Amino acid sequence: MTTSTSLVYLIALPLAGAALLLLGGRRTDKWGHLLATGLSASSFGVGAYQLLQMLGRSAEERPVSQKLFEWIHVGNFNVDAGLLLDQLSICFVLLITGVGTLIHIYSISYMSHDPDRRRFFAFLNLFIAAMLLLVLGDSYLNLYVGWEGVGLASYLLIGFWNQKPAYATASKKAFVMNRVGDMGLSFAIMIAFATMGTVSFTGVAEHAHHTSEAALTGMGIMLLVAAAGKSAQFPLQAWLGDAMAGPTPVSALIHAATMVTAGVYLITRSNFVFDAAPTAQLLVVIVGAITLMFGALIGTAKDDIKKALAASTMSQIGYMILAAGLGPVGYAFAIMHLLTHGFFKAGMFLGAGSVMHGMNDEVNMRKYGALRKFMPITFATFGLGYLAILGVPPFAGFYSKDMIIETAFNAGGVKGIILGCVTLIGAGITAFYMTRVIILTFTGTKRWDEDAHPHESPWLMWLPMAILAIGSVTSGFLLSRGDALVNWLHPLFAHHGEHEELLKPIVVSGLALTMVAIGIAVAFLKYSRNEVAHVAPENVSVFTKIARQDLMQDRFNEAIFMRPGQALTATLVATDNAVIDGTVRGIGQMAMGSGSALRGIQNGFVRSYAALILVGAVALVAAIWVVVQ
Amino acid sequence: MTFTAPVLSYALLSPMLILLGGALIGVLVEAFVSKALRPAVQLTLTLGSILLSFMQLWRIRGEQSLTAAMGSVVFDGPAALLQGSILIIAFISVFLIADTENFTALAAALPGSDEERHALQSGNQVTEVYPLTLFAVSGMLLFPVANDLITLFVALEMLSLPLYLMAGLSRRRRLASQESALKYFLLGAFSSAFFLFGAAYLYGFSSSISFSGIREAIVGGGGNDVLLLIGIAFLSIGLLFKVGAVPFHAWSPDVYQGAPTPVTAFMAAATKVAAFGAMLRIYYTVFANAQWSWTPVLSGIAIVTMLLGSLVAIAQRDVKRMLAYSSIAHAGFLLSGVIALNKAGLDATIFYLLAYGIATVGAFAVVTLVRDSSGEVTDLNRWRGLGKRSPFAATTFALFLLAFAGIPMTSGFIGKFSIFSAAYESGAKGVVIAGVLSSAIAAFFYIRVIVLMFFTDATEDGTSVEIPSILTRATVIIAAVITVALGVYPAPLLNFITDLAIFIR
Repeated sequence: MTTSTSLVYLIALPLAGAALLLLGGRRTDKWGHLLATGLSASSFGVGAYQLLQMLGRSAEERPVSQKLFEWIHVGNFNVDAGLLLDQLSICFVLLITGVGTLIHIYSISYMSHDPDRRRFFAFLNLFIAAMLLLVLGDSYLNLYVGWEGVGLASYLLIGFWNQKPAYATASKKAFVMNRVGDMGLSFAIMIAFATMGTVSFTGVAEHAHHTSEAALTGMGIMLLVAAAGKSAQFPLQAWLGDAMAGPTPVSALIHAATMVTAGVYLITRSNFVFDAAPTAQLLVVIVGAITLMFGALIGTAKDDIKKALAASTMSQIGYMILAAGLGPVGYAFAIMHLLTHGFFKAGMFLGAGSVMHGMNDEVNMRKYGALRKFMPITFATFGLGYLAILGVPPFAGFYSKDMIIETAFNAGGVKGIILGCVTLIGAGITAFYMTRVIILTFTGTKRWDEDAHPHESPWLMWLPMAILAIGSVTSGFLLSRGDALVNWLHPLFAHHGEHEELLKPIVVSGLALTMVAIGIAVAFLKYSRNEVAHVAPENVSVFTKIARQDLMQDRFNEAIFMRPGQALTATLVATDNAVIDGTVRGIGQMAMGSGSALRGIQNGFVRSYAALILVGAVALVAAIWVVVQ
Repeated sequence: MTFTAPVLSYALLSPMLILLGGALIGVLVEAFVSKALRPAVQLTLTLGSILLSFMQLWRIRGEQSLTAAMGSVVFDGPAALLQGSILIIAFISVFLIADTENFTALAAALPGSDEERHALQSGNQVTEVYPLTLFAVSGMLLFPVANDLITLFVALEMLSLPLYLMAGLSRRRRLASQESALKYFLLGAFSSAFFLFGAAYLYGFSSSISFSGIREAIVGGGGNDVLLLIGIAFLSIGLLFKVGAVPFHAWSPDVYQGAPTPVTAFMAAATKVAAFGAMLRIYYTVFANAQWSWTPVLSGIAIVTMLLGSLVAIAQRDVKRMLAYSSIAHAGFLLSGVIALNKAGLDATIFYLLAYGIATVGAFAVVTLVRDSSGEVTDLNRWRGLGKRSPFAATTFALFLLAFAGIPMTSGFIGKFSIFSAAYESGAKGVVIAGVLSSAIAAFFYIRVIVLMFFTDATEDGTSVEIPSILTRATVIIAAVITVALGVYPAPLLNFITDLAIFIR
């Protein structure tokens, strides 16, 4: 493995920006956002340089490591703070810093009227640094630091407008639900240490072969819980919709392109665990499949444009998790879909932000309509993202999503058929709800509020959208040409034999496109032909009602976790007051009592002290005597 | 009759010689330099000697020798570490001693006499305290490197006698200060007698005063075990008195309270390092093979010391007495490192000594800051609401208390963790259980003080916090930074200690 001393700059640059902006206070108001953007861009520069260096080396020598310092050395528990940049993490580094920089640029204009813009940029930089640490850490413990760091940054950014109580509550919800996932990660780390005595990726990979499958399954399930928390997967998905309370660039960066994909990273990074623990791997697939459908169904009923996109994100990450659960054949496709998704979903979120910018921060799509003429650039970029997510050739999603559907079908047996059908139906529903978004927002009649004056956004905002749109068009083709990404990632994942093909690729594409066409057609029939009601109609089917309520996810959480949790907490508090505090107070009082009694010996007379020494000496000699006898 | 000139390796002795030289020059400065210049000259001289001594120590840190002074002095890794710790603690303590508000104008004057009033009015300052400090420090450096019983005794007296004097130099409440000095002296003399008596028995057992001779006699067996056991017991009494272990602790609350606070800081921190340093050497090298006789007894003393120190501390109403009992409890924690009798125990004890010593100096430094018109306020009730009046003093004091309590992210946590795990490894489970239990009791009163400072309202009584002088501020900040640094990132120091701390025999 190659060593390097420059990896740390990837993290240090944005971290320095966050520190400068937070400590510098109001003095940095004028230029803080430019500095933050510059630092994020330089971090991208370092990443690009590392990629070029990597390309120049043979596959075995591509991973680069840097040991920062000895972090924990207690007994036989040794963890160094170290960084590891390999073929997998470089993908993430470039995505995080690249999309991150574009979103910094977008935010300069988007947040220009906010009095706290500097603080916003500081948090953005903090997020970039934490996310880079997450993907660059060379052990689970280092990853954990970044994992918590992005959780913190996400909390700060969702609640950025915390003067509104609902937004503050939303950020708290995201934070608490993430804690559940984090608990999974810490359990996974504990299992790794208890059974293998190491928490570094290379160490765990080496020991995975001769560790019991039960331990690996336990670790895998805990990793899956962690991934579900961070990536809004079933059953920990409920926070993502509320997280849309944050400023839209945040939704684009954190809740579409980067942080929510950390779960996919965790699972592909832990491939050595899952490959040796088939039960855990199967659970990964199931979670992915459920979330895929879950998100897609929620997406069909949302009138809030950002929440519709958030549901779509949930569903698309479900695709990635599903692919990652398919083992060595799926990892590369999970990452490919992650990268293409990073482009088109971030682009669409920025488009949504641009629409909101022109419509007085209105998010209800029922109050949009006919914006195509007023915001042509936004429409064009959003439309390219739309074609990409649908998987229309030759846009990005076509390459990445079809691969996942194909791999799902080829998983073999009943499992393969079920997974294949789920991914296919998911693609159809995706087409339906995304078409609905397009129709409600950009076409049809004006349903605006009276004071709305839609206009195209300034160039600082549409430029990043345009660049992301180019990515939505080309990235799929570029990444899959000659299996470029698959070959690039190949050294990291275990080798695999050829699977028998259930369906030919061309058949899969045909089926997928048919489903997409049906989805589009249904959406057109339902929304384009009829007048769209200004207020969401009440006399809808029970399914729509359930979908509007996010498939009852909050009620589910309340019934299953919150109320029993509250009851448990109340009992615990009562017990704590009566038993534990009682004991503590008792001990305290006892201690104080005996302390006061013992204080009597300390009477201030030197003759008493000398006598005490004498008594002590006699006792000491006597004690030694007793011991020796 | 022929005399052979002693062969001395001056390089290895030079840390001590430099300090003694500095002290002697300091005595001359008292006699010849004008009154106005004396404080500045003495301060520079003292800090300079300590710094020079430390630099020399750094140069020779890797050396090992059994014959640095004809077999009377040994120099090895632990010696370098302990001496270095003492010098660091002494250096920041001298900053506090330089604060003139704490010392009497004329030490020889009777309290309340005309002579004293006159001295106060003429702005006299006691500067003898500087050479006394240097003498004490050089004695402390000698204590853990002594390699025979006579040198050990000389070192013991060399560090004790200046401390007796320094304890009596307080500017306020002079009677209490002088009383404490006298108590310290009388009880110190009493325990020194035990110490000498023990030395005599050990000579009777082994017919040797050198550590190696005694060890060989123990290993060889065949001697009179009664002599050995009484020798170990009495020698231990002398050492346990110095570290303030129960039941030889009675002097420490009175002396800690009566002595000028900077002297208390110096005494509490540096004496502990020196005395535990000597104990480590004696128990790890000389008495190691008689382990069967002394570990059970020393374990009992450790348990009683930890529990009694923690329990009585709760009942204290005076911050200096509270810190005194806390230091008794810490002597118990440190004893568990001595009992461990393994490499991990040695490393942990050395780390603990430095971490605890620095936090102690820092805590007493904060005590010197809280004053009213008649001097320091040590009544805990009047520390209420200190957090509002002086965030600096209250926050740093809270930090040192958290370190004493062993809360993570402070040096105290790493120290307690490593010392208890070393003791546990060696099989001293009872000591570890008592240690954890008394840590919990101790945390109760540390945290009570924090609550008092931050979460209760101040009583209006004119307690003010002096704007800290730059030297006192430096002490507090250095101590706080080291306390946090050793808690967050202790690996380099732990590795340094592990590599270096190997006793030679």
